[in-house]
Amino acid sequence: MSEQYNESPNKKLVIKLVAIVFGMFTFGFALVPLYDVFCDITGINGKTNETAIVYEAIDIDKDRLITVEFITKTTTGMPWAFEARTERIQVHPGELNTVEFYVRNPAFRDIVGQAIPSVSPGTAAIYLNKTECFCFNNQPLPSGEEAVMPMQFYVDPQIPEELTTFTVQYTLYDVTAAAEKVAAAQAEVSE
Amino acid sequence: MSTATDTLHHDEHDDHHHHIPTGIKRWLFTTNHKDIGSLYLWFSFIMFLTGGAMAMVIRAELFQPGLQIVDPNFFNQMTTVHGLIMVFGAVMPAFTGLANWLIPMMIGAPDMALPRMNNWSFWILPFAFLILLSSLFLEGGGPAFGWTFYAPLSTTYSSDSTALFVFSVHIMGISSIMGAINVVVTIWNMRAPGMTWMKMPMFVWTWLITAFLLIAVMPVLAGVVTMVLTDKYFGTSFFNAAGGGDPVMFQHIFWFFGHPEVYIMILPAFGIISHIIPTFARKKLFGYASMVYATASIALLSFIVWAHHMFTTGMPVAAEMFFMFATMLISVPTGVKVFNWVATMWRGSMTFEIPMLFAIAFVVLFTIGGLSGLMLAITPVDFQYHDTYFVVAHFHYVLVTGAVFSIMAAAYYWLPKWTGVMYDNTLAKWHFWASLVSVNVLFFPMHFVGLAGMPRRIPDYALQFADFNKWISIGGFAFGLSQLIFLALLIKACRKQGEPATDQVWDGAEGLEWEIPSPAPYHTFDTPPVIK
Repeated sequence: MSEQYNESPNKKLVIKLVAIVFGMFTFGFALVPLYDVFCDITGINGKTNETAIVYEAIDIDKDRLITVEFITKTTTGMPWAFEARTERIQVHPGELNTVEFYVRNPAFRDIVGQAIPSVSPGTAAIYLNKTECFCFNNQPLPSGEEAVMPMQFYVDPQIPEELTTFTVQYTLYDVTAAAEKVAAAQAEVSE
Repeated sequence: MSTATDTLHHDEHDDHHHHIPTGIKRWLFTTNHKDIGSLYLWFSFIMFLTGGAMAMVIRAELFQPGLQIVDPNFFNQMTTVHGLIMVFGAVMPAFTGLANWLIPMMIGAPDMALPRMNNWSFWILPFAFLILLSSLFLEGGGPAFGWTFYAPLSTTYSSDSTALFVFSVHIMGISSIMGAINVVVTIWNMRAPGMTWMKMPMFVWTWLITAFLLIAVMPVLAGVVTMVLTDKYFGTSFFNAAGGGDPVMFQHIFWFFGHPEVYIMILPAFGIISHIIPTFARKKLFGYASMVYATASIALLSFIVWAHHMFTTGMPVAAEMFFMFATMLISVPTGVKVFNWVATMWRGSMTFEIPMLFAIAFVVLFTIGGLSGLMLAITPVDFQYHDTYFVVAHFHYVLVTGAVFSIMAAAYYWLPKWTGVMYDNTLAKWHFWASLVSVNVLFFPMHFVGLAGMPRRIPDYALQFADFNKWISIGGFAFGLSQLIFLALLIKACRKQGEPATDQVWDGAEGLEWEIPSPAPYHTFDTPPVIK
């Protein structure tokens, strides 16, 4: 019966529609990198630089003081004690500062931790430049041991006038299982 | 039977009638749009009762404060699977069933454009829901993270059966996409000569736009469930912050699908109501062209409002303002529709048969749901309403008294055309009035407990909500029982017990489907009608 209608326009339309379906499926995955790019440009997600920024001598704005607060959090299942040695610091934009964080592993097993920073308000994130951070790498800590981890940063002098205070939160995750997988894979490669 | 000339149509016509298989094979192998439409409608009704039974479990647990009937994990599975079944198993297949039955008859086509794919798109659905329902009986239980499956609830904290949930959503999505492609191709290529775009019946228009929404967003849903699958089982970190992902991104991708999905479930309802009100007001639909443009604008706007589900995630104020105003903008085309329906009724010679009663209830109650939606769109107050029973009240007004009432209205309106007999009017009256009263006892007090701060998806609540919850549960049980009247009525009608219906059925009814005999013959419009 379908022959009474010419089949080829149906086929053409179906091909176009199926192409839209596959296009939208790909678009769903493309949203993942697009999301990061969008957040990077607008700086609204509170995400900070993931690799070290090199500090070059820049003008220090002695007239302004920015309050930077540090808070810490461990996720469910992460037994480490984790606290900021400096909870609040006043810095001049452009000036290099170092703060320290304390961790202790009270568990009976070795654990690899990964800290993820997040800045609030999110718009301040792009003005926080870390030159050194424990969050750039996995942090292994044997059972029962403790450590002090440094973090070095400066605030970009371009920071808008109205931003006088921002908070950096570090969330600590237990990534032991994932780190072991990576280590095993690397061992295989080196052999 | 391969010819393009009209002279041979007669032989072709006879040829069909010799090959109708009987028994179970008729239904398994059918490519007939009317058979597949009936399958979709019955499947959707069975799913409606299944999802309804889960709602009864929820309301029984919430009848009193404290935990008494089910444990919290099972309660969470009930809220989750109730939502999934009602959205993907009841409302969407019901609209696809109506599209199958009605679109070819309304545009003067002999069948859907891709009949074999049509058969497949129906028959994979029961398997999808079998997989989903079977996961409830596995160790650790089924999905318990809410129908929105937010990460990390669905990744880090979900039960081992999550893969079954993911695959069932994949199959549901494939089924809807195939159904939507079929609808678009049918409408695009198979309209009777003379049926121009702006002569198409409203139900056909709204379904065409819905089909495009489905084609655009169901693949995104498929993508996001796939990401959940790989995050949970294959160590990816799309939504895992420890691995560089972002759980808030899940919500962005999900609601990019989820908001157009809301309109997928209501646009065909608008089409149905635009058929019923003119029939029983005995006037032409007021503002046909504005109805078409309003439907298209709602569909386009639905893509830029998704983050109004996420006001409390910590978005910048500028983004909150954008999504607030974009959301409020949708009330303009929706308002156009409501005013057009009211203007159609204005000074019409109205009669109040059952389909019209459901249609009027739809207009009033859907508007209540729309207004609470406007309240939720206001960013600063959303911080109070977010995740409370106020939201539950809102979306049940638009989905139950909106989408579901429109489906029931459609069933009563076209049932005499499908079965050839009038439905039992006494049962129908009982069904309508019992449903109307109980649905409001069920959902209206939810506004109050929600404003007072009762959170959704929690099996227990503070004592001050006890009285309202008792009433809500009583309304719920009554609404559930009322649907059994509908079941009895449908069985009676399908057994052809009742007064024979005329071809036109209703005196005010206009359209090609009312020009063919009742019940509609197995094959209609083998020769396309000519539209003046």
